[in-house]
Amino acid sequence: MSLSVNEGVDVKGLVDKVLEAYPDKSRKRRAKHLNVLEAEAKDCGVKSNIKSIPGVMTIRGCAYAGSKGVVWGPIKDMIHISHGPVGCGYYSWSGRRNYYVGDTGVDSWGTMHFTTDFQEKDIVFGGDKKLHQAIAEINDLFPLVNGISIQSECPIGLIGDDIEAVARAKAEELGKPVVPVRCEGFRGVSQSLGHHIANDVIRDWIFEKTEPKEGFVSTPYDVTIIGDYNIGGDAWASRILLEEIGLRVIAQWSGDGTLAELENTPKAKVNLIHCYRSMNYIARHMEEKFGIPWMEYNFFGPSQIAESLRKIAALFDDKIKENAEKVIAKYQPMVDAVIAKYKPRLEGKKVMIYVGGLRPRHVVDAYHDLGMEIVGTGYEFAHNDDYQRTPHYVKEGTLIYDDVTAFELEKFVEAIRPDLVASGIKEKYVFQKMGLPFRQMHSWDYSGPYHGYDGFAIFARDMDLAINNPVWGIMKAPF
Amino acid sequence: MSLRQIAFYGKGGIGKSTTSQNTLAALVELDQKILIVGCDPKADSTRLILHAKAQDTVLHLAAEAGSVEDLELEDVLKIGYKGIKCVESGGPEPGVGCAGRGVITSINFLEENGAYDDVDYVSYDVLGDVVCGGFAMPIRENKAQEIYIVMSGEMMALYAANNIAKGILKYAHSGGVRLGGLICNERQTDKEIDLASALAGRLGTQLIHFVPRDNIVQHAELRRMTVIEYAPDSQQAQEYRQLANKVHANKGKGTIPTPITMEELEEMLMDFGIMKSEEQQLAELQAKEAAKA
Repeated sequence: MSLSVNEGVDVKGLVDKVLEAYPDKSRKRRAKHLNVLEAEAKDCGVKSNIKSIPGVMTIRGCAYAGSKGVVWGPIKDMIHISHGPVGCGYYSWSGRRNYYVGDTGVDSWGTMHFTTDFQEKDIVFGGDKKLHQAIAEINDLFPLVNGISIQSECPIGLIGDDIEAVARAKAEELGKPVVPVRCEGFRGVSQSLGHHIANDVIRDWIFEKTEPKEGFVSTPYDVTIIGDYNIGGDAWASRILLEEIGLRVIAQWSGDGTLAELENTPKAKVNLIHCYRSMNYIARHMEEKFGIPWMEYNFFGPSQIAESLRKIAALFDDKIKENAEKVIAKYQPMVDAVIAKYKPRLEGKKVMIYVGGLRPRHVVDAYHDLGMEIVGTGYEFAHNDDYQRTPHYVKEGTLIYDDVTAFELEKFVEAIRPDLVASGIKEKYVFQKMGLPFRQMHSWDYSGPYHGYDGFAIFARDMDLAINNPVWGIMKAPF
Repeated sequence: MSLRQIAFYGKGGIGKSTTSQNTLAALVELDQKILIVGCDPKADSTRLILHAKAQDTVLHLAAEAGSVEDLELEDVLKIGYKGIKCVESGGPEPGVGCAGRGVITSINFLEENGAYDDVDYVSYDVLGDVVCGGFAMPIRENKAQEIYIVMSGEMMALYAANNIAKGILKYAHSGGVRLGGLICNERQTDKEIDLASALAGRLGTQLIHFVPRDNIVQHAELRRMTVIEYAPDSQQAQEYRQLANKVHANKGKGTIPTPITMEELEEMLMDFGIMKSEEQQLAELQAKEAAKA
């Protein structure tokens, strides 16, 4: 494999050409978000976490999506109320495939949807009464619910409802945590602020108000999985590896997670973070307040898994370190078989990635393990620290695009013609209609898990399915 | 005759409701059929016409019934003094919900349900300041054609008048709303009539009437009546009749206001000696201290 990707392609020229379509001001602003990775770069040289330009089609979400959809939604034994008009909750209903075990409607509510369904009168007279009533009804209908979160939609912030007062009153009345989340969609520039707000609410309304469960007995091997949303079972595929090396996972944040797990987390010996972007805030807080160290890890693809298992084991005693080696060795034949089967079919294939806040870098080595090349990558809502972490994974010459617009991505793909586009549902059909193989990398295209050794086998199969599907040889795109 | 839509704006407590109800009661004497739309959550814009505070506001009834679609016009339309139709929009208690959205909801309801048919005048009485988009509803979307600003010689009333003029200017080009004039409600401040005229001049409008202060207004209010009804032969009733005549004759004569900056307004106040410059204030302070010493 050559050291630089996109050899023979004038990527810088391509960026300039695509930008020509914009008016001056927009061109100048967008130019700062696009770059070609230079050799030995410390970061990607792009600006990030800045408001999208009105008129472009951004692929970002909102603060409500970040809180309800990402951080809080997967906590399965709590009910999360989409507080406001019905649309936000309805159209995001089961939008993320956060798998969980439990009896839905009895002790878990992951795939159910709750909303206060605001009407005009609730806007005019305020919605606090309705919220009181909704919480009371939820508790009556579902007495096993362990807590309730109030996820604010935009109008709540506009009319200034006092959801904190309702939360306090109801929490006392029910004897269960009721947490108000001010994640109104108009706040911030993307879903990223919603993650942050949701993290802060866990800090202020869970850690500050509750204690680890009585009878919790610590062991020296207690760890947590932070920032794994169990898409298609990702957290499970990760958890078994940690357990196999002798650690005890006391909490999953938040895929297949529970309120008790959140409450118990301050007892962890170390917090292990997968999605840094969405949950670094709470990890930093726990480090400061409880002195719990945290570490980022990466369970995509065998190279990163092995590296991460060794890094995690290094924090513990020799027994764990030995176990890690054993586990790596145990899975090696499986890894070899997967690579032997798929690498010849995928070697040298070029991929362009555009996803959220973690995967644009974290999945890179999984592709590398299959002999594939990343020629472009970018994040919807990353911050500068994400772009600093990216050059570690991608190679010189890679096209970097922050908060890419629909237009730019289409033009980049058209010019570079990768063998695979790895992005989201909004992008999928655009590129398939261009005759390009595509995989959804938010939802794993209804497949998964992709984490862990088990996930790698599925990941390799899925990429092969997409790229080597005979349909691409049969169809001819008219454009 | 085509429907005329007017609105009364002004600082809170300036006497908008009193002035508007008296003026409208006088307009009836000119054979005009009138609908009053109260756009204040306090729902006191029609008290003097109905001789009672309206209990059945659009929004409260809508909230009870479920939604505004469940209401009939008859539920909310009340007939008062000499056939004046009255509707109160109503709204939430102070500090909750969104009264502005309530104004939008109820005005749309009234229009859709034909409240504006068969009247010559629709008059909107809007609370204190134009605090948000909802309270600008009568200004927007071709509702009120002329706005009358009720003010006095007090500094805050002048500020408010200028701010309302800014709101009118904002929608003057898109919606065709115009400033009908200033109505000065006498507070017996220094050079009040001159100041009001001067401000009207600066805003590119007229001081349409100077309503003198008279205790008879309070006497009438205590009896939940307009002066026109309570003391039809009084001098004050004559004043309101004059104002009504002027408003009636003012059709189509509204102007696009030319609001002034804060600095210009303060300069104007200094010219009239209402406000002192910093130098003056300092000099006075020093003189006071010197006198003590």
